[in-house]
Amino acid sequence: MKVKMLLAVFLLLAICSNSYAQDTTAEGDTTAISVDSLRLPAPPGNLSGRDKPNDHGHAIILDWELSPDDGGGSNSVLRYDIYKWVPQLMLDINLVRDSIIIIQKIIRKTTDGIEEGSQADSMLKVFSKFSKDELFDIRNRLTDHIKAENEGLAEASKSYPENGAWLFIDKKPSGTKTFDHIGSKEFKSKGFVPDYADLYYRVDAVTITGAKASSEIFGPIQSSGQWYNTYRTPVVFSVFLFTILTVFYVMRAKQGADLYVRPLGGIEAVDDAIGRATEMGRPILYVLGLGSAADIATIASFTILGRVAKKVAEYQTELLVPTYDPIVMTVAQEVVKSAYLDAGRPDAYKEDTVHFVTQSQFAYVAAVNGIMLRELPATNVYMGKFFAESLILAETGALAGSIQISGTDEIAQIPFFIVACDYTLIGEELYAASAYLGKDPVLLGSLKAQDYAKAAIIILAVIGVIVAQFDFGHYYVDLFEVVN
Amino acid sequence: MELLGIWVAALLTLGIFSFLYKDNPVYKICESIFIGVSAGYWAIANFFDALHKKFWIGVFPTDGSDPDYFLWFGALLGVLMLMRLSSKIGWIARWPLAFIVGATAGLYMMLYFVSNAMNQVSSTMRDVIVVNSDTQLIIWGETVGSILIVIGVVSGLVYFFFSKEHKGIFGRTARVGIWFLMITFGAHFGYTVMSRMSLLIGRIDFLFRDWLHLLK
Repeated sequence: MKVKMLLAVFLLLAICSNSYAQDTTAEGDTTAISVDSLRLPAPPGNLSGRDKPNDHGHAIILDWELSPDDGGGSNSVLRYDIYKWVPQLMLDINLVRDSIIIIQKIIRKTTDGIEEGSQADSMLKVFSKFSKDELFDIRNRLTDHIKAENEGLAEASKSYPENGAWLFIDKKPSGTKTFDHIGSKEFKSKGFVPDYADLYYRVDAVTITGAKASSEIFGPIQSSGQWYNTYRTPVVFSVFLFTILTVFYVMRAKQGADLYVRPLGGIEAVDDAIGRATEMGRPILYVLGLGSAADIATIASFTILGRVAKKVAEYQTELLVPTYDPIVMTVAQEVVKSAYLDAGRPDAYKEDTVHFVTQSQFAYVAAVNGIMLRELPATNVYMGKFFAESLILAETGALAGSIQISGTDEIAQIPFFIVACDYTLIGEELYAASAYLGKDPVLLGSLKAQDYAKAAIIILAVIGVIVAQFDFGHYYVDLFEVVN
Repeated sequence: MELLGIWVAALLTLGIFSFLYKDNPVYKICESIFIGVSAGYWAIANFFDALHKKFWIGVFPTDGSDPDYFLWFGALLGVLMLMRLSSKIGWIARWPLAFIVGATAGLYMMLYFVSNAMNQVSSTMRDVIVVNSDTQLIIWGETVGSILIVIGVVSGLVYFFFSKEHKGIFGRTARVGIWFLMITFGAHFGYTVMSRMSLLIGRIDFLFRDWLHLLK
């Protein structure tokens, strides 16, 4: 059965292969069109190409001079058609790729994009006769086939101009002098451009009547990927300087230097709020937000949670930490457990102090709102990453009569916390608070380094404004332009 | 079936809205359904998306592509996380946590450095006095905008300087910074409130159109 099945597939591919190659050649054959044309336009000149720098490979940049008939002359050029020469092997591989796409469509029970009577339609009819399991098998074998054949592409491309054809890639409007041929790096994709294989290009100037004139053929050229993006050198340099600054201040902090951090209103209020909760005999609700354990705001929040948990353990108050993310819950449990240990009250730690609710945003909000109204916490602390739920939480907390302290680096949510909370840490104050509370040399040192980096940014920006205003040289301004 | 769905959605919507009056048993029921359904949904979704589609299909591909052996490393981290269920070797669970937090923070560092530092500096470097190149006259609208951007960036950064107390000229500059911040927050507030209103309108539209058929 398998032999029969594969024979059918490869017979079909062989039939289609001939018609496909003929189609492609016809598309690229300029002489056939020029016979019907009244006059040919002047061709584009000096076609050149280069490997696209600072990329992952599979891309070539083409440049050419405009046809003299582009925007003038007797035959106004309408557009430029870009062609790439591909060996027959690539055409065969493309056909196999088409087959895989058709098979995928049958498996997914869709015929979108397939016109009746087309080559794809005839392939669809043949493949439809197979069962789903057989189609999976054919698909896998064809994928293996592509993978094996791709390895021969570099060798096959050396046969230029024999045994291959010109493949249309793209068209560009008149006036265009450059084209980035960004190929796919996925061998399964139809736009795949192999690295280290000889590539040949040509550009045709096309008039409104369809008359075409081809440029000189450019090639061979090969694409390749680079490990280092030179456009990002200023970033590497800046990160290096910042790292030195951080290490310097961390070492100073470890040596016992007195690193001043200005008092932050919201953090000063935390101790008072815990005291208030103890006096009232009510719990403290600590919300870490919706961020993941790797978000900087959540990491800063862990430090503050540690401080709050330690105070809570000392005062023997109840702490409630409902969490949204399972990993955040795990880290928070570790933080709270350590804090209870530091406070000398490991026995008071309860496993369900930090508990998971759900990973659905508004279901989580509904649960936290319920806790606020039923447990009536004396203090609500919101520290971390918050989104659309911020106002709902803060508003419910205000209705419940709790003292509320918040902090987030989500700019869009800060206004809601400001209007509904008693104290709010704005953006970077949240990070500073974790250093301020923790008094950890690493955090204090990095905070100092950030401060001096900010001072450097102010100075560099002011110099940049002067340079830009008086046109002293754009090289300075360009240094800060980060090209992706 | 669709009718039943509309009724359930409408009753649950009203149940959640009842919270606007006060906490009540109907709200508690709706809240519990919401939390339970979402927790169950995400458990199944994570199982199929992460464990099956990403890991299982990745290491045992069915489409002929190469197996992604790096995924075994992720699986190993996942197994280590489960060690916390044991009281004796629970400490092992700290290793994958340290890896996740450390690796992601390192990746974000470059991202934030580019977006929060480099791009901020390059966007600030602009002509503060904008002149029309043809008439050589100052374009006052753009000039005022540019000056405000430069003052806003500098004073905002001064506000977030933690190594010095906000006193004297430094304090006054920081106060200008907080004014800029508050005006920005006000604009954000208004914008977001309007988008929340559209959400409310959407819900009311559902109740009156799809449920009660009072709107055509």
